[in-house]
Amino acid sequence: MNSILDLILRLDCWLLLAPLLPGIINKVKAWVAGRRGPPVLQLYYDLARLWKKGVVMSTLASPAFVMLPAVTWVALLGAAMLMPLGPLGAGLSFRGDALLLLYLLALARFCTAWAAMETGSAFEGMGTVREVSYAVLAEAALIAAVLSLSVQSGSISLAAMLGPPIGASAVLLAAGLFIVLLAENCRVPFDDPNTHLELTMIHEAMILDHSGPPLAAILHGASMKLLLFAVLLVQAVLPMGQLKPWLAAVVLAAGVLGVTVAVGLVESLLARFAFRRVPLLLTTAFLLCLFALLVAWKGGLQ
Amino acid sequence: MNNSNLNLLIGLAMGLNLLALGTSRLPALIRAMSVQGVILGVMPILMERPDWRVLLVALATIGGKGLLIPGLLRRAMRTVQIDRELEPLIGFVPSLLLGAGGTIAALALTHLLPLLPEHAGMLLVPGALATVLTGFILLIGRTKAISQVCGYLILENGIYLFGLLLIHAMPLLVEAGVLLDLTVGVFILGIIVDRIQRAFDSLDTRKLTALHE
Amino acid sequence: MKSLLLILVPLVAAAVALVLPGQRRRPLLLPVAGLIHAVLTLWLFVDPPEVEAGAWLAFDPLARAVLPVVSLLFLVCSWYGVNYLRIRAERPNRIFIAAMLAVLGLLSAGHQARHVGMLWIFTEAVTLAAVPLLHFNGTPRAFEATWKYLLVGGTGIALSLLGSLCLGYASLYGGGDGQLTFVALTGQGACLSRPWVLIAWVLLLVGYGTKMGLAPMHTWKPEAYGEAPAIVGAILAGGVTSVAFTALLRVRAVVAAAGAGAVADHTLLAIGLFSMLVAALFLLGTRDFKRMLAYSSVEHMGILTIGASLGPAGVAAALFHVWSNGLTKGALFLSAGNIRRAAGSPSMDDVRGMSVLTPHSAAIFVTGMFAVTACPPFGPFFSELKVLRAALETGHGWATALFLGCLLLAFFGLTRVVFGIVDGRPRPATKAGSRRFGETAGVILPPLVLLALSLWLGLFTPAMVSDAWTAAVTQLYPAP
Repeated sequence: MNSILDLILRLDCWLLLAPLLPGIINKVKAWVAGRRGPPVLQLYYDLARLWKKGVVMSTLASPAFVMLPAVTWVALLGAAMLMPLGPLGAGLSFRGDALLLLYLLALARFCTAWAAMETGSAFEGMGTVREVSYAVLAEAALIAAVLSLSVQSGSISLAAMLGPPIGASAVLLAAGLFIVLLAENCRVPFDDPNTHLELTMIHEAMILDHSGPPLAAILHGASMKLLLFAVLLVQAVLPMGQLKPWLAAVVLAAGVLGVTVAVGLVESLLARFAFRRVPLLLTTAFLLCLFALLVAWKGGLQ
Repeated sequence: MNNSNLNLLIGLAMGLNLLALGTSRLPALIRAMSVQGVILGVMPILMERPDWRVLLVALATIGGKGLLIPGLLRRAMRTVQIDRELEPLIGFVPSLLLGAGGTIAALALTHLLPLLPEHAGMLLVPGALATVLTGFILLIGRTKAISQVCGYLILENGIYLFGLLLIHAMPLLVEAGVLLDLTVGVFILGIIVDRIQRAFDSLDTRKLTALHE
Repeated sequence: MKSLLLILVPLVAAAVALVLPGQRRRPLLLPVAGLIHAVLTLWLFVDPPEVEAGAWLAFDPLARAVLPVVSLLFLVCSWYGVNYLRIRAERPNRIFIAAMLAVLGLLSAGHQARHVGMLWIFTEAVTLAAVPLLHFNGTPRAFEATWKYLLVGGTGIALSLLGSLCLGYASLYGGGDGQLTFVALTGQGACLSRPWVLIAWVLLLVGYGTKMGLAPMHTWKPEAYGEAPAIVGAILAGGVTSVAFTALLRVRAVVAAAGAGAVADHTLLAIGLFSMLVAALFLLGTRDFKRMLAYSSVEHMGILTIGASLGPAGVAAALFHVWSNGLTKGALFLSAGNIRRAAGSPSMDDVRGMSVLTPHSAAIFVTGMFAVTACPPFGPFFSELKVLRAALETGHGWATALFLGCLLLAFFGLTRVVFGIVDGRPRPATKAGSRRFGETAGVILPPLVLLALSLWLGLFTPAMVSDAWTAAVTQLYPAP
């Protein structure tokens, strides 16, 4: 009974808090630029509005066009359930859940890409190609990061992996994972979420033809992914396994808030990179995570 | 000063190697190189029992590699009006990956080499090898003279790092390494002199044609 | 004391050159310092001083076996230099003369260095001191050549420092007390850590090999020799390379003492043969007679290295070759300088019929070419014969065959270029240009003297000189 209540609370937490992050980012950007900006709760209004609308479907598209965003959303929610929250633990935890997390993220991306190509539009195809080609590089970095966490803790279960790391590897990992976070969530300097020019879009180009509840699912899923990566980053770097649950929750929330503000600052201070420079940045992220792995490994040897 | 803090500094220097390999902007390259120079200069002070000779080497290194040479290089950069490496022979991503591969190989190779017990836990040898390799990649892979000079300096930093193993036993060899900075000085002088000379040469030829007409 | 004077006299002369006014009088410092240096060297050569075992700098048998030829070469070149600088009166010569004298002093120091660190410091200093010499002409091409020399040479020097450090670590690991004289290192013998000694050997071979101009680290040579004045080429080819060669010999002795002599000999043989092959192939393609001399120099460095790999007899032959090559190459460089000056171009595309325009220089050039390709009765013939004998005695049949093949190819390459510029009817443009260059005795006699010395060395090798070589071999191969 208790565990069901725990699961429901967790679900609510992820579902309700996730759309807050894009709002905070936008607020930070507005604040740096000296504007008032949209309200923090803007995404909630958007989601509610989209939910009430109907679905417009291309005559070319198959029913998968509507179903795939739902699959994406569920996959991301599943990934969120696997993510432990400090000493509170995860909703679901078993040996090897780290691998499932990686696969669920990949599945979500696959479904978004597939749905994007359903309409046969050139823009969406282009957006998909870009998104996937970045993802190949970003995934290498993410896998290196997960591997280094796993080597550090000697375990492949997320709850144990996100235990307390120490030393130089945490710094390397933090930098690497932050770049991965920016790339995976299509933020500046990889992609500009506010752009209005289809030619320069990446993620936005993929969802041009979606409307109504499927679009809401995609937007909400994206915000959950952002939260997921922020939580992963904070836990991979800050040792809070020994803290009391309430203190850990506060630290976690503060950490996530800090990451969000940092994303907002990065977006205000940096311009988008040219496409040819993106691989360099992602390679850097990969190397950072790889060296974190190396440090963890060497540290383990001594 | 214990080994782990020293290793942290060496790790930082190795990170700067990768920064130098990955950047196309010459000011960033110069900064990476000079920060590395300062880190290396600080290291012998932090090692055990620094005597005055060691302090002198440290001061010369910090002053030379951290202040003097970067200043000269920036001046040379202004003189020749170049601040980017646009078409390297070895691209930035390949050179980054090469450098990272080299760093890992250096770490692996160190296990095969016999080291004195007091050096066994230190990253000095792999750090030196990785830095020397980085210097080589820059020397071979870049086309602009200033990047090549930076590559040479990083190569030199690697040698200095290796020299730290011997700084107490045979300080003369390590002190001799400061002479390498002189080579760098000649390099930079060359860049500046060449530029000035070319400016004068073109002036002269223009004068000559004016007289003939 | 006298051995220190060998270093100090040229350095003081260099300092004087820096402050002395008078563009016309200053060149006289070259022969004056050269003469003092040569007299001192001769004195030391005839009456070798006792060498303290722990001395860092000393006129030891190895220095005695090589330094005299450097001194002799410098003396003759300085005589030529006075006349050359008179022709080139339009170029400021203050720095050039100072650098030239500094190179002489530092070369003397480098040959006498018996300490790993000292040896490195002087090699580095020679490398830097030679920079203004290469840049004397001040043209963009000269700048390019200087840049390449500095970049490749600087990298080589950096690697040899790394190698010296590795040698130091090998000694430290073997329980050494921080003494880095070659005597102390050889004394440590098998205690030296073998992996570190091998790493040090590779790095030092690459580093000092760059200075020598062994392939594939020879790339600076054609550029530098092609653009530098002739006397600079002669000093670089005869003096600077020999200091790197003695450095390699000293290091090889340490490596052999550590029990890795066979490895060292194999690498020396391989890199020597490779240098000869590369040089021979490039000689077949080059169209520039000053670059041709550079490739010929690479070839002869290969011969020296092969000699060094063949045990005591081979090292003696190599030391002989240092002498004969240095003198003959000097004659070639100086006569080529005359031809270059008269013809106004170093390329065989533009230059023809120099036997008509500069008959004396052309005659010396052709004779020197035959001498350097080991035609009897000049010095190189005998020294290369000795290298060959040493190779056959030590059972290196294949290496001997390759050696002879490379010599043959080099002969083709050299004759092709030399007769290309000497033969035929001069071009009108060349004819007009060459009128400004007079073949005075001052520019003809020095190369002639060098050629005569090479001939004399081949025909009547003085017993004292060959004794000096034997003594050097005894120093490098101590009886067990």
